[in-house]
Amino acid sequence: MHLNDPIFVQYFYWVQGIFTGDWGIALFTQRNVLLDVQEFLPSTVELIAVAAIIDLLIAVPLGLVAGRYANSAVDNGVRILSYIGIAIPSFVVAVLLQISLGYGTHLFPIIGRLSQTTAPPPTITGLYTIDSLLTGNFGAFGDALWHLVLPAFALALGPIAQEARIMRSAVVENLHSDYTLSEISHGLPERTIALKYLMKPSLIPTITIYALDISAQIGNAFLIELIFNWPGFSRYGLNAMLSKDLNAIVAVVLVAGIMFAVANILVDLVVGYLDPRIRLRGRSGE
Amino acid sequence: MGTLTHGLGCEGEAVNNLKSGRSLSERYGRYWYKFRRNKLSIIGLAAIIAVIFIALFAPWLSPYPSNAGLFVNFAAAGQAPSGTHVFGTEEIGRDIFSRIMFGFQYSLMLMVVVLSISVAPGVILGLIAGYYNGRGISVVIMRLADVFVAVPPLLLALSVASVLTPSAVNAMLAVSLAWWPWYTRLVYSSSSSIRNEDYVRAAELVGASRWHIMFKEILPNSLGSILTKVTLDCGWVILIGASLSYVGLGAQAPTPDLGTMIAEGAAYLPAQWWISIFPAFAIVVVILGFNLLGDGINDMFSSGIS
Repeated sequence: MHLNDPIFVQYFYWVQGIFTGDWGIALFTQRNVLLDVQEFLPSTVELIAVAAIIDLLIAVPLGLVAGRYANSAVDNGVRILSYIGIAIPSFVVAVLLQISLGYGTHLFPIIGRLSQTTAPPPTITGLYTIDSLLTGNFGAFGDALWHLVLPAFALALGPIAQEARIMRSAVVENLHSDYTLSEISHGLPERTIALKYLMKPSLIPTITIYALDISAQIGNAFLIELIFNWPGFSRYGLNAMLSKDLNAIVAVVLVAGIMFAVANILVDLVVGYLDPRIRLRGRSGE
Repeated sequence: MGTLTHGLGCEGEAVNNLKSGRSLSERYGRYWYKFRRNKLSIIGLAAIIAVIFIALFAPWLSPYPSNAGLFVNFAAAGQAPSGTHVFGTEEIGRDIFSRIMFGFQYSLMLMVVVLSISVAPGVILGLIAGYYNGRGISVVIMRLADVFVAVPPLLLALSVASVLTPSAVNAMLAVSLAWWPWYTRLVYSSSSSIRNEDYVRAAELVGASRWHIMFKEILPNSLGSILTKVTLDCGWVILIGASLSYVGLGAQAPTPDLGTMIAEGAAYLPAQWWISIFPAFAIVVVILGFNLLGDGINDMFSSGIS
């Protein structure tokens, strides 16, 4: 473990280990941290991905409608919703969802990734939904998706509130722009203006925050996975933290940092696609 | 249309010049007018004043002040809300209403400590990075900030808190460590553009020192965005502090803390719902209050055309 070497030599060995697959031994699983990451990361990625999809599907239409009909009853409704979404901690949302939709009405399962009676699909990607689809096991797919709804929604509520607000203010701004006025005066159908010309530029600031929120989800998932007993990477990280397992903690922080970097690169690509000004500037080499 | 917006811009400048000629009280009156235009901001302000008041005078206001600390009364354990215990009692018989009042103390203290530790260094580093934009020191500061920003604040706070011994003070330290880079980035972006304004050039020309330029010329002009962020962050800091407590890495028992109370009460849901629902509600009020207040302050400093 090179404990008698100076700290920067130790750091060098650590970096060398990261690139050669030796991430150190996690004390509480007694094996290489990299194996743990491989085992636990897919389920958290699945959870965050579903939350991200829910987020986008709800926040963008909400923001679009609220901004298009600014200061109407709909706008006020969305505003109140987004304030509530920001103010309620995700762990409270999770517990409330568990009690109302899980315990009270039995609509959704309360904990875990699959029912006791369902055999997990063979591991291909580690994402139960994709694995079960690949093997044609639609029963397991439905069951896995059913288990994802509550935790993913609890995870998505805060970001939904934030992105709906940003989308709204972007839509309001674009609504008063010259090009929208000229589209209205040319008599373009309302639908075309809203969906084609208003939504696209408004998505740019929304997507930027969206990506930041998604990369922060691995932190928010800590509490959600704890509450829903989700066998994922964040719960692994939480156990590592509570037992002060340094190798595992470092791995969790490292993976979170990598996710942040990847999310930011993806955002730059998407924003470049959405915003022709950025694309053209890149081409002319300024 | 292009010329028209340009004209509007000039008009805005003229208004600004006029404003600086006005007396101080008139300027504050204008800020207050912009703030109170939105009723929600007033609600937020009222909620926060009420919470601060309750926290300050909790020992005198609460019906059972002794319940805040080590106190056990099994005869009264798990009672539903009633006339004697407005929000009911928890699993060892302590009055939840009293404990929430004391819980505000910890939440507000965490917020004040975290923001006073992290805002000042964050802002100063941002000023330096913006002033020396493009030079080595600026690159060092901003890349350092990027490293901290790359890890989600809750995750960074959790990992730092876990490596230290779990306690209230260490939780505050952990959250502060996750917080300063956001201010550095905010101030950097505003100060590196203000740096090239004519009045900064003019101050340089007449031989003002670099500290004078940073603190007297650049800082006052980025104060609006800093203040808005501070108010909005108050809610976030309290939320992250509660999350730390929820997993047991924040304030330790018997300190009354809203996050810990929610976590402990969750085991008794849904039969004894009052144990965790009321503390959860209390935390929602605080966070909502700071968010509404922050939006009001944002209205105050934004140019009021919208």
